[in-house]
Amino acid sequence: MSQPFRRAAGGRIDRSRTLTFHFEGRAYEAHPGDTLSSALLANGVRVVARGPYTGRPRGTYGIGAEEPNAFVQVDSGPGEPMVRATQLEVYDGLVARSLAGKGSLGEEPDDSRYDKTWAHCDVLVVGAGPAGLAAAHAAGVTGARVILADERPEPGGDLLGGRAHLDGRPAMDWVTDLRARLAGLPEVRVLPRTTVTGAYDGNFLVAVQRRTEHLGPAAPAHVARQRLWHIRAGQVVLATGAHERPILFPDNDRPGVMLAAAAAGYAWRYGVLPGRRAVVAGAHDGALWAAVDLVDAGVELAAVLDARHLAGGQAHRALRDRGVVVAAGHGVVGTDADADGVLTAAWVAPVDGDGQARRIACDLLATSGGWNPAVHLYSQAGGRPRWSDDHAAFVPGDPLPAVACVGAAAGTFDLADALAEGAEAGWQAAAATHGGGGEEPLPPATDSVASAGAPAACWITARADSPPETIFVDLQRDATLRDVRRAVGAGMRASEHVKRFTTAGTAADQGRTTGVTTVGVLAGLLGLPVGAVGTTTYRPPYAPISFALLAGRDRGRLLDPERRTPMHERHEADGAVFENVGQWKRPWYYPAPGEDLDQAVLRECRAAREGVAMMDVSTLGKIDLRGPDVGEFLDRVYTNRFSTLRVGQCRYGVMCRADGMVFDDGVTARLAPDRYHMTTTTGNAAAVLDWLDEWLQTEWPDLRVSATSVTDQWAAVAVVGPGSREVLRRLAPSLDVSAEAFPFLTVRDATVAGIPARVFRISFTGELSYEINVPAWYGLALWDAVAEAGRPAGITPYGTETMHVLRAEKGFIVAGQDTDGTVTPHDAGLGWAVSTVKPFIGGRSLARPDTARNDRKRLVGLLPADPSVVLAEGAQLVVDADAPTPVPMLGHVTSSYRSAALGRSFALALVAGGLTHRGETLQAVDGGQAHPVVVTEPVFYDAEGARRDG
Amino acid sequence: MADLLAQRRSPLAHLAGELAATGFMRELPYLSSYEVRADPAEPAMARLGAALFAGPLLAAAWPTAGRAVGTGPRYALWCGPGWYLVVDEPGTTLESAMAGLPAVDVSAARTVLELTGPFARDVLAHGCAIDLHPRAFGPGSCAQTHLAKAQVILHQTATATYRVFVRASYADYLARWLLDAAVEYVRRIDE
Amino acid sequence: MLSVPCPWCGPRDETEFRYGGQAHVAYPADPAACSDAEWAGYLFMRDNPKGWFAERWFHSAGCRRWFNAVRHTVTYEFAAVYAPFTQPPGVPS
Ligand SMILES: [Zn+2]
Repeated sequence: MSQPFRRAAGGRIDRSRTLTFHFEGRAYEAHPGDTLSSALLANGVRVVARGPYTGRPRGTYGIGAEEPNAFVQVDSGPGEPMVRATQLEVYDGLVARSLAGKGSLGEEPDDSRYDKTWAHCDVLVVGAGPAGLAAAHAAGVTGARVILADERPEPGGDLLGGRAHLDGRPAMDWVTDLRARLAGLPEVRVLPRTTVTGAYDGNFLVAVQRRTEHLGPAAPAHVARQRLWHIRAGQVVLATGAHERPILFPDNDRPGVMLAAAAAGYAWRYGVLPGRRAVVAGAHDGALWAAVDLVDAGVELAAVLDARHLAGGQAHRALRDRGVVVAAGHGVVGTDADADGVLTAAWVAPVDGDGQARRIACDLLATSGGWNPAVHLYSQAGGRPRWSDDHAAFVPGDPLPAVACVGAAAGTFDLADALAEGAEAGWQAAAATHGGGGEEPLPPATDSVASAGAPAACWITARADSPPETIFVDLQRDATLRDVRRAVGAGMRASEHVKRFTTAGTAADQGRTTGVTTVGVLAGLLGLPVGAVGTTTYRPPYAPISFALLAGRDRGRLLDPERRTPMHERHEADGAVFENVGQWKRPWYYPAPGEDLDQAVLRECRAAREGVAMMDVSTLGKIDLRGPDVGEFLDRVYTNRFSTLRVGQCRYGVMCRADGMVFDDGVTARLAPDRYHMTTTTGNAAAVLDWLDEWLQTEWPDLRVSATSVTDQWAAVAVVGPGSREVLRRLAPSLDVSAEAFPFLTVRDATVAGIPARVFRISFTGELSYEINVPAWYGLALWDAVAEAGRPAGITPYGTETMHVLRAEKGFIVAGQDTDGTVTPHDAGLGWAVSTVKPFIGGRSLARPDTARNDRKRLVGLLPADPSVVLAEGAQLVVDADAPTPVPMLGHVTSSYRSAALGRSFALALVAGGLTHRGETLQAVDGGQAHPVVVTEPVFYDAEGARRDG
Repeated sequence: MADLLAQRRSPLAHLAGELAATGFMRELPYLSSYEVRADPAEPAMARLGAALFAGPLLAAAWPTAGRAVGTGPRYALWCGPGWYLVVDEPGTTLESAMAGLPAVDVSAARTVLELTGPFARDVLAHGCAIDLHPRAFGPGSCAQTHLAKAQVILHQTATATYRVFVRASYADYLARWLLDAAVEYVRRIDE
Repeated sequence: MLSVPCPWCGPRDETEFRYGGQAHVAYPADPAACSDAEWAGYLFMRDNPKGWFAERWFHSAGCRRWFNAVRHTVTYEFAAVYAPFTQPPGVPS
């Protein structure tokens, strides 16, 4: 028979449609609105998972986010491990299987879309149960911007399928009515299937919205499967409800043992009988009302136990009317199971003394030790829960600014009180942020319920001789009372320590059902009040978030911005291999057919040294500096002087941080008396601009200087090599390119290939070279024109690898590669660029005893004894690699290449004592191998600088 | 001159088709723009205001924090205290009006993505942390902020029209990001 | 995610800012006149109080202005923001 445990009517399911799903390889039927848990119960499937360490069978235990047992692996769709069956909406074609503790990621990449968005609101209401709905409505009618987030598919909370009445009508009528009203408020946004997972500083909350998972294969591919919401809220109303907690007893983990309100919820919300013959065991009125719900749904009540010694109250009367007598002062002390491990009977005994236990056959044992307010977000926001004897629970402690807790989350379990509290909080929150307005809506009227008495803090019912290893305090971790006793025996007193020792509360459910119970058990063992032990700290996320969602659309090509120069597509067409330099994509080398990196670089280097070559240097940082005091400012910022620079001239400059360490370097030109053009290294452009702004704003506001980034304004092509002058002459016929008219370290405005350009005669290779700058949108045209003009001379495009070889041959450092924040200009061999007469940032530090030491690491050259060995950058330098450990380390390799011009390998390095080691042989150790290297001057090519004029 | 202009290539020329296909995004290439840094109380700034914007009101009123002035195609956007971005039609030269002021031609440094229509705000909200609700940000508002992982200047020119100024080197990334964020909304237009 | 109240742009996410450490640590007028100890004090020594702290922030992705703020290092609450070279307004006790 299909769905033998399905009730004949009722529930928030669509019985007009039947879905088919597979669990553990078998096909079953369900209805839209079912969760996997409700559908399995309807089909009489009791075993859903297994204990991760014990392997014991486990069944559905709860009905929502609190579920500790029923985690399954979903194999349909993109597949997902560790999904709560209690929250997994069944769709046609769902395929799932049981788990024992952990799942596995699918083999195939998940190509679903994942999305993020930002949202702002005056009032964020978390939870759409009665209190949350009342709060959202009261806030919304003022015109305030409201977001109402709820993890369930539809609002209503515990009213869903419940039997409460509001304003004399079924409560769901009120819910439906309120939904319609909220839908009519344009500034109210209701987010179903949305779990608020974290509360952070400044009322910044993060929520996970499950948008299409419930549609299964019918989910449209263009709609993001999940969305991560970043919500900045003026006020937050936490109406997160409460989690039901069990009473522990021996063999409390068998399929068939469930939380009582959850069991009743299956009967009424999903129209499913969670069992046919039940024992209900509780310690508060709620358990009794769950028994009423179960018997009214058609479940035979074999026994109703209350650990309290109470009689009277409305719930007792309701049960008596149904022929059920509550066994006061009784609890469960054990269970029996069949061969599959599924519950067959409960053993029942008085909770006091050691009275005779009685066996009662049942297929459902519904337990409820009370309700734990869901204080997680309150706690994450900085609140400290406090123990309340009246509630027998931890409730929110001191109020937080701009955060209100209402309803069950605040320990207000009475429906009328919760509705009033919610409405008031929503109203106040709107008034505090939006200014309020209109008339405060009255919450609906409820039937009053007389209570039997206060809930009891009842944690365990067991006999003195019950084996503690059968009493599970954390079902998902298979942690037992024995583990807690061991922790106490080992001297632990704090719940945080016991949590880590026993792992209780550390699983995916974060101890939602039994975290407080564990604290209660611990308090009992220690003989302390529960409040003195205290809860563990609640940290985000409240529920697991998939990495795919955290990545959102920031994956693949969009993982990080790829900055492109205007010539990018030409480099692609020319077959360039790219490398990442910061966020920039730069051509690394341009292999000819059949060439590898080494061959291509040797060819590119030869072209630059012997013929003519070209490079895209658009990525260089560029800063436009204006104002009458730029010269003075640059004198303070650079180690050398720039105020004396004549218009049309350029100069190489070094910048230090205040500690005297090299920060950046580059060439800066004076374009007009009050105007300079600064260049920075590619990776440091933003940092240098920040640096300039910092000094101008926070130290020297009297200097009239403005700094504007023009990195992206200018595209630039370097034309390099002995043949470069001829290429430029062809491109700029009206420009006198002779060495006399256009000397080294000068800049000229010119028309190049018909494009207005600024041409710098500078060199990062030692060769004659020009850097032609044009407005970026002409960059591609300029590149093509240079290539065309250079074609007769065989102009060769080159990439960053060749650039590095060429500059390293000349001993030119790269700030950030040959320096690392511990290197002074003198260490880097740049003492010639350090003024001894003018002050500059970092200057004072160069006279500190530490920076003036002679044995500091300084830049040297290295020639490997074996000229075919290219040393690893970062390789350590030692005198004797076989010396006893620790081997004294002298320094390390910073740049290392193979040189076409030298016909051998070479390197730059930082070595303690620097050139005092000149001529000595050191060992460069890399991967356990020591390579002999000879220390040299750090200039390997054209030391006299004869080549830069061509 | 025509030859010269023909040599230009905008940062998003290669994505023009894909942007057009969304029905609500396009590149506004080659806009003239200048970064001007001066105290609006300076006489030179008053003169520049007068030269840029007809009428005594506009001439006097450089935009306050978070605001832009102008009705198009010429706008002045507040970027920071004493820092403005003057924007105009492609090819407009404003050097002479700006003489004597620290004004830097940055026309080629950025390009502009324009988003128009009922979904523009939602698409931006996928990557922008600032509040774009009409109560917080409306026509005439502008802000320097992050959109996805790019730094941008956001300028709302009309009720449902936003301009995103993005550095040329980031334009390809940002446009592809926006195209991806727009997928759901493009389908909604189709339906 | 802190919401940092830029005095010019209003509240913005922390990711738009750079943190600048303790405020009111002036660059010595004449570094050459500092003793080694004084100079090291300027370079390396900063307060690290539990409680209210005057510190510098830079709105790098927005208006690019440096400003000072009084912030509580336990609750992260901002009590005030104010311009460089001015003294902090009254600090909550
Ligand atoms: Zn700002």
